Amino acid sequence: MNAINVENITMTYNKGKVKALNGVSFSVKKGEIFGLIGPDGAGKTSLFRILTTLLLADSGYAEVAGFDVVRDMKSIRKIVGYMPGKFSLYQDLTVEENLKFFATIFKTTVKENYHLIKEIYVQIEPFKDRRAGKLSGGMKQKLALCCALIHKPEVLFLDEPTTGVDPVSRKEFWSMLRNLKKEGISILVSTPYMDEANLCDNIALIKDGNILTVNTPNGIVESYKEKLYSIKSQNMYQLILDLRSYEETKKCFAFGESLHVTFKNDLVDLELLNNKLKSNGHENIEITEITPSIEDCFLALED
Amino acid sequence: MRAIKILLIKEFQQIFRNPAILRMILVMPAVQLIIMPFAANYEVKNINLAIVNHDNSQYSQQLVNKILSSGYFKLSINTQSYDVALNSVEKDKTDVIIEIPSNFEKDLIKESKTKIFVSANAVNPSKAGIGSAYVMGIIREFNSAILAQLVQQPKFNNIPRIEATPIFWYNKFLNYKMYMVPGILVSLITMVGSLLASINLVQEKEIGTMEQINVTPIKKWQFILGKLIPFWIMGIVMLTIGMTISYLIFGIFPQGSFGLIYLFAAFYLIGLLGIGLLISTIAETQLQANFIGFFVIMFFNMLSGLFTPLDGMPQWAKYLALANPVTYFIEVMRMVIMKGSGFFDVLPQFFALIVMAIVFNSLAILNYHKTN
Repeated sequence: MNAINVENITMTYNKGKVKALNGVSFSVKKGEIFGLIGPDGAGKTSLFRILTTLLLADSGYAEVAGFDVVRDMKSIRKIVGYMPGKFSLYQDLTVEENLKFFATIFKTTVKENYHLIKEIYVQIEPFKDRRAGKLSGGMKQKLALCCALIHKPEVLFLDEPTTGVDPVSRKEFWSMLRNLKKEGISILVSTPYMDEANLCDNIALIKDGNILTVNTPNGIVESYKEKLYSIKSQNMYQLILDLRSYEETKKCFAFGESLHVTFKNDLVDLELLNNKLKSNGHENIEITEITPSIEDCFLALED
Repeated sequence: MRAIKILLIKEFQQIFRNPAILRMILVMPAVQLIIMPFAANYEVKNINLAIVNHDNSQYSQQLVNKILSSGYFKLSINTQSYDVALNSVEKDKTDVIIEIPSNFEKDLIKESKTKIFVSANAVNPSKAGIGSAYVMGIIREFNSAILAQLVQQPKFNNIPRIEATPIFWYNKFLNYKMYMVPGILVSLITMVGSLLASINLVQEKEIGTMEQINVTPIKKWQFILGKLIPFWIMGIVMLTIGMTISYLIFGIFPQGSFGLIYLFAAFYLIGLLGIGLLISTIAETQLQANFIGFFVIMFFNMLSGLFTPLDGMPQWAKYLALANPVTYFIEVMRMVIMKGSGFFDVLPQFFALIVMAIVFNSLAILNYHKTN
């Protein structure tokens, strides 16, 4: 049995004017970390709200842990943990009070499932008497994760848990998720950060309410059929202009310190290109073939 | 029950931690009850009076002294020119002008007839009306006094006279505060029940905690009850504080039973919380809830007979007042506190409140389902 099945879900806002989800289908296997990767406005949060029974889809079918999100709404609410993108705990209650509150409404105690949150909670325990509203961003995320975990959910929904969190905390956060996976919890996590995609077991790339592809991170990279080159020179701005006007160029994106370029013909003459760039006044030209990242795949799939 | 208990514990933790709510519940009734009854007063005193005396005779002087010593007036200007007096009205320094013509005394004795001119600034109609009525009354008294002096008394007094002596039931000394304090108390409780409760509910919506709670086994009705019960309790606490203050400061002690007052307050608060819940289903943010709440409360207070008696309203406004829970509770408070009315005296109001509690809560629940 899959942890989550989504079949052809459609969702519109403003009486059909705004399409949020456009026939989305995918499934999440039990005990895996499934990443929903896409830019802001792709429809990630709408999908989360549908799966956590907060929103009714216009059409389509979805089930979580075998329960229909519409018909078995109440059962789902007992067995899922949801951490919304926006911090939604009681700001005027302390760390400990928030945790206790969420434990008791799920008819459990902090003690009973302490092993699940221990690794995370020890980091915020020194601040357990501090009000949740007064915590730093990373601490808030950790507390929210603890509160979403305290009832030992079967499926955990994390809506952009690392947005606005510093790189170190992000790394920590993902290592916690890997540990939770070991406990048998299935996790659906969304993120706008492509670099986090590699940390998932399976990912779906989503844009404008459409799923572009569903695969493992490696599978997605392998399905990238073209040759990808990284090109650098001393004058990057001029290099973009030159490469974009080059007739053999298919796509050219600025990518950190270099440009990622694909060509219409895979057998492009790199020597020729090098000379052409030299004659345009570029120095220290470096052209290397590279393996594509998830982001390259996303950009390629986008259109 | 267990779920509601958890929610209540959480709610009270938050309330006791929120200085704004505590201040509102403890300090607001104290301040309002101490200040408002003194300010909301219909007695007109300190009417600024301009006297234009063209006569300067003994009688005119006597009349002026009589008017000024009545206690209602303050002399703003004593002049020989009406224009000067009118000018002072324009500058808002004078409310009423009395002009005594020259030959006032002479005409009075020789012709047994004279005239006095009274003009009033009617920007504030009640001040003008009451002020000129006071002047008229004093002149009438003065008139009968000189009548007695001038007209030779007949051997036996056979002029028929009727003398009326009023008795003021339930409020012997026409103490205006007896009337205002119960009303203000009601309007305070109204505030807690509708405004505070709705703002608090909307806050959960705004911060997102409501959504977080929705993804738990807590049911909607449990969540709502967990929110409304604390405000019901706070309303009752506020009523107790308010009654203590009105006893300590104004010596107002209910003639009727406390039990009846609390019984009414209990049902009144249920109705009000329905209104609060209804507002919270309409408003998306606390600011919106605040504005809607203020509009509703303003409307309720103005159409409740708190400040202006219902009898003076046009028929359509009376119908509106009948659909206003505040009207009934103010009525009952005044009846029980001043007259000592018992349960059967206020039965109609009791039924009206129950009907309203049912109507408002049903509307709120219907709208709650629709919006969620």
